[in-house]
Amino acid sequence: MRGYFGTKTALVMTLMATTGMAHAEDVEVLHWWTSGGEASALNVLKDGLAADGIGWIDMPVAGGGGESAMTTLRARVTSGDAPTAVQMLGYDIQDWAEEGKLANLDAVAAEEGWDAVVPAALQAFSKYDGHWVAAPVNVHSTNWVWANKAVLDELGIAQPATWEEFVAAMQAVKDSGRIALAHGGQAWQDATMFDGIVLSVGGVDFYKKAFIELDSEALGSEQTVEAFNRMATLRSFADDNFSGRDWNLASAMVINGDAAFQIMGDWAKGEFLNAGKVPGTDFLCFRLPGTQGDVSFNSDQFAMFAQTDTAAQAAQAEMARAIMSPGFQSAFNVVKGSVPARTDVPNDAFDACGKQGMVELAEASANGTLVGSIAHGHANRAAVKNAIYDVVTAHFNGEYDAATATKELVNAVEAAQ
Amino acid sequence: MAVAEQDTAVRTGGITRAFIYGILLLFMFFYLMPLFVMIANSLKPLAEITGGNMMALPDTWTAEPWRQAWSSAQIGVEPTGLKPYFINSILMVVPSVAISTVLGALNGYVLTKWSFRGDKIIFGLLLFSCFIPFQIVLIPMATVLGKLGLAGSIPGLILVHVVYGIGFSTLYYRNYYAAFPTELVRAAMIDGAGFFRIFWRIMLPVSGPITVVCVIWQFTNIWNDFLFGASFGGQTQPMTVALNNLVQSSTGVKEYNVHFAGAILAALPTLLVYIVAGRYFVRGLMAGSVKG
Amino acid sequence: MAQRAPEADFRTRLQEWIPKLVLSPSLAAMLVFVYGFIALTIYLSVSDSKMLPSYDLVGFENYAKLWNLSAWWTAVVNLLIFSSLYIGICTAIGLTLAILLDQKIRGEGILRPIYLYPMALSFIVTGTAWKWIMDPGIGIENTMHLWGWASFEFNWIKDRDMAIYTVVIAAVWQTSGFVMAMFLAGLRGIDNEILKAAQIDGASNWSLYRRIVIPLLRPAFLSAFVILAHLAVKSYDLIIALTGGGPGRATELPATFMYSYTFTRNSMGIGAASAVIMLMTIAAIMTPYLYAELKEKK
Repeated sequence: MRGYFGTKTALVMTLMATTGMAHAEDVEVLHWWTSGGEASALNVLKDGLAADGIGWIDMPVAGGGGESAMTTLRARVTSGDAPTAVQMLGYDIQDWAEEGKLANLDAVAAEEGWDAVVPAALQAFSKYDGHWVAAPVNVHSTNWVWANKAVLDELGIAQPATWEEFVAAMQAVKDSGRIALAHGGQAWQDATMFDGIVLSVGGVDFYKKAFIELDSEALGSEQTVEAFNRMATLRSFADDNFSGRDWNLASAMVINGDAAFQIMGDWAKGEFLNAGKVPGTDFLCFRLPGTQGDVSFNSDQFAMFAQTDTAAQAAQAEMARAIMSPGFQSAFNVVKGSVPARTDVPNDAFDACGKQGMVELAEASANGTLVGSIAHGHANRAAVKNAIYDVVTAHFNGEYDAATATKELVNAVEAAQ
Repeated sequence: MAVAEQDTAVRTGGITRAFIYGILLLFMFFYLMPLFVMIANSLKPLAEITGGNMMALPDTWTAEPWRQAWSSAQIGVEPTGLKPYFINSILMVVPSVAISTVLGALNGYVLTKWSFRGDKIIFGLLLFSCFIPFQIVLIPMATVLGKLGLAGSIPGLILVHVVYGIGFSTLYYRNYYAAFPTELVRAAMIDGAGFFRIFWRIMLPVSGPITVVCVIWQFTNIWNDFLFGASFGGQTQPMTVALNNLVQSSTGVKEYNVHFAGAILAALPTLLVYIVAGRYFVRGLMAGSVKG
Repeated sequence: MAQRAPEADFRTRLQEWIPKLVLSPSLAAMLVFVYGFIALTIYLSVSDSKMLPSYDLVGFENYAKLWNLSAWWTAVVNLLIFSSLYIGICTAIGLTLAILLDQKIRGEGILRPIYLYPMALSFIVTGTAWKWIMDPGIGIENTMHLWGWASFEFNWIKDRDMAIYTVVIAAVWQTSGFVMAMFLAGLRGIDNEILKAAQIDGASNWSLYRRIVIPLLRPAFLSAFVILAHLAVKSYDLIIALTGGGPGRATELPATFMYSYTFTRNSMGIGAASAVIMLMTIAAIMTPYLYAELKEKK
């Protein structure tokens, strides 16, 4: 009995010794990209680093759009054992930078000329206090509509250009007995639709004033009430079974022709492509009617955590360089459905929707109509973001009417600041 | 200790008995239904699940989802399946259960047979620790593990599970040993037997039933833990974290059949423990933990 | 004799110390990892901690904010509904099954593990499976429709007012078998002579159980209550896997609330305040039990 336990302990000790020490030339990467497509995209990065003799230690923690990963990260940082690089969104990067936990990437950024090729709106998140702390991987945008072309053709519906046309189109689909809007009732999905709806009601100026500057007058205005009214309209076109549905199942409803439209970020495109659908012939991608020219974006970045060891720092810089290389940016984003974070990447490998996205991103960036997504933590810090989630999702599930929701929104945002 | 198994059966007529069997069978279906759904759907090709009836047996039987979940499903960037994580879990669970059970037995022994002033308060403190919500200990625990140099390692996880397992194991053993005649211990003491000798020779031989209960309880709880595994597992994540990565992946086709196969695989060791040791479980509960 | 005295003295003293030494690692671990951390949580609840712990005090601001949040009230009300139904139904089913199973049932050896096995599964697995079964689109409702019962409706999991009851169903499924085992153990421990005597006195089956057996099960009731209350208050994984707190935030419980404020909303102070309230509730429930438990036995 005793001998048995003795061996066990010895075994555990050995294991601890071998797994506890990462090689200095390794990078440890915490992320939540665990599905086949995303993982194979990350493998491009991993293999590239391996060619330079840098090992990859994988730390995947999936779930809740990165929530579980962020909890893990907090435990890791508190225990003084921060990973090399962590997939991160928007203001989270700024929060960690403020805690002084992130590395300075200025050297490699200057060498590679990141300042010139990354849109300013993105730099606002990748830089803290003027220093580069994160390497952006992609730019997603949320104000997209995905439509099943066969369904629209069959019902004689043209691609809607205004909100009113969109409502009429959804009504026509509903009348035909199909589901007009495929939607998954999870707080972040409700909020993702809300991004586009706010833009459709008040344009970029209102969006910025109310939801980025959090001006309580704009936030409590009639325009917000109208935005909630439009959310209620959208709800009336979703099926009864929407609550709790995963977004990719909603995409599948459009792919299979059970539903006509889905309002979702461009990651939905991957689902269509995986199902063997072709943009333009099988499905349509267009901006939420009424938001043409505006882009609400979110960007996955790898935040780099400060390392003490010089070899680890070198490996980290190498990883940042690899992330920003045009080759990886193209290869990754073709798979992921997003567009590259740098504007000088050739668009040859991208499909029609991807090309459109790249053009629109560049235009929006130039015209100042590129705004951070409310739903994905690029408009506000986590506390405010979640306060908005609460109200949007409560209203969407019928708890409040539009006027009450507007009042609640003002209160909730104030309380969270 | 040696309570003979006896039932409190009352005289019942034929109709009543039919009624009793009816209810028992009804509940049997209630308990089995989810397992049936999981197993049946884990043996179907994906197309049959999305288009078909959840309660139906497969038209085409396939073991492919099981193979994928075990050895080739994508967990992170590597298509490793659950296999490597299974080993991590075993390495974590076995020492954790062993240590917390031994400590619980010793504590129970001290608290019942070597009582001293304040022992009840200590027991109360230990017992209350069962109820601490684990979420609140994450951040301070991370600091401590970091200071000890155990962060992100299996020994770190073992420490965490032992610490939060002692409460229940002590409760079980204390209640069990409380019913054991103290005179026997006294007599042994008078004969000159020491603390450990009494434990080894007198207490341990009669501890079988409660050890079964305690091991089952600890094994299930530790094996099924997700929160600590995800937070402190580091590069040695346990099975539950891998299962979560498999089931919760944010994009891509949801391969329900693989998910169900993975879920059953992750539950297999605990199921096995229940089936193998279940017979002794009620006996163990009877012999101690639910006695006043 | 006089020579041996010091040695014997040493031995006795050692014997006196060994038990305390054996107990001390556990006690030390408890003091640090449980009570130390609780103290820290209390401290954080009056600090301005956001993303990481901070030690600047702000008084009771976090508590005031907490009780102003409608989501917290929802969570508290949900916990009341959930825990009372969960504990009540589990106890009722557990007791019923135990009594029925105790009637010299053939096949008890098969039925018992079947009733027990759900306890072996993690709440994540239970939640995922029941989410599927209760989903109107693919689960029971769909199955009934396919079997020809077109008017069958079971969409609680999608209904804001009913969703919390689906959590009860899944949780009861998981633990009622375990409660059954506890009661069965209690029943098997009852002395048959008492029952025989009562039967000879002509007591009916019903009054036999009501007046004699059930009162004798008091310890089993207490143990079951402690286990169930502890699971109810800690319920977290099940909610996450089953409803994710939705529809909307209709199935939020204090544990999920605390987690989201501490870790995803970067409001660690409010999260800590909610944790303190949870701990106080647990203490309020547990202290009488502990008191009774410790007073009864010497």
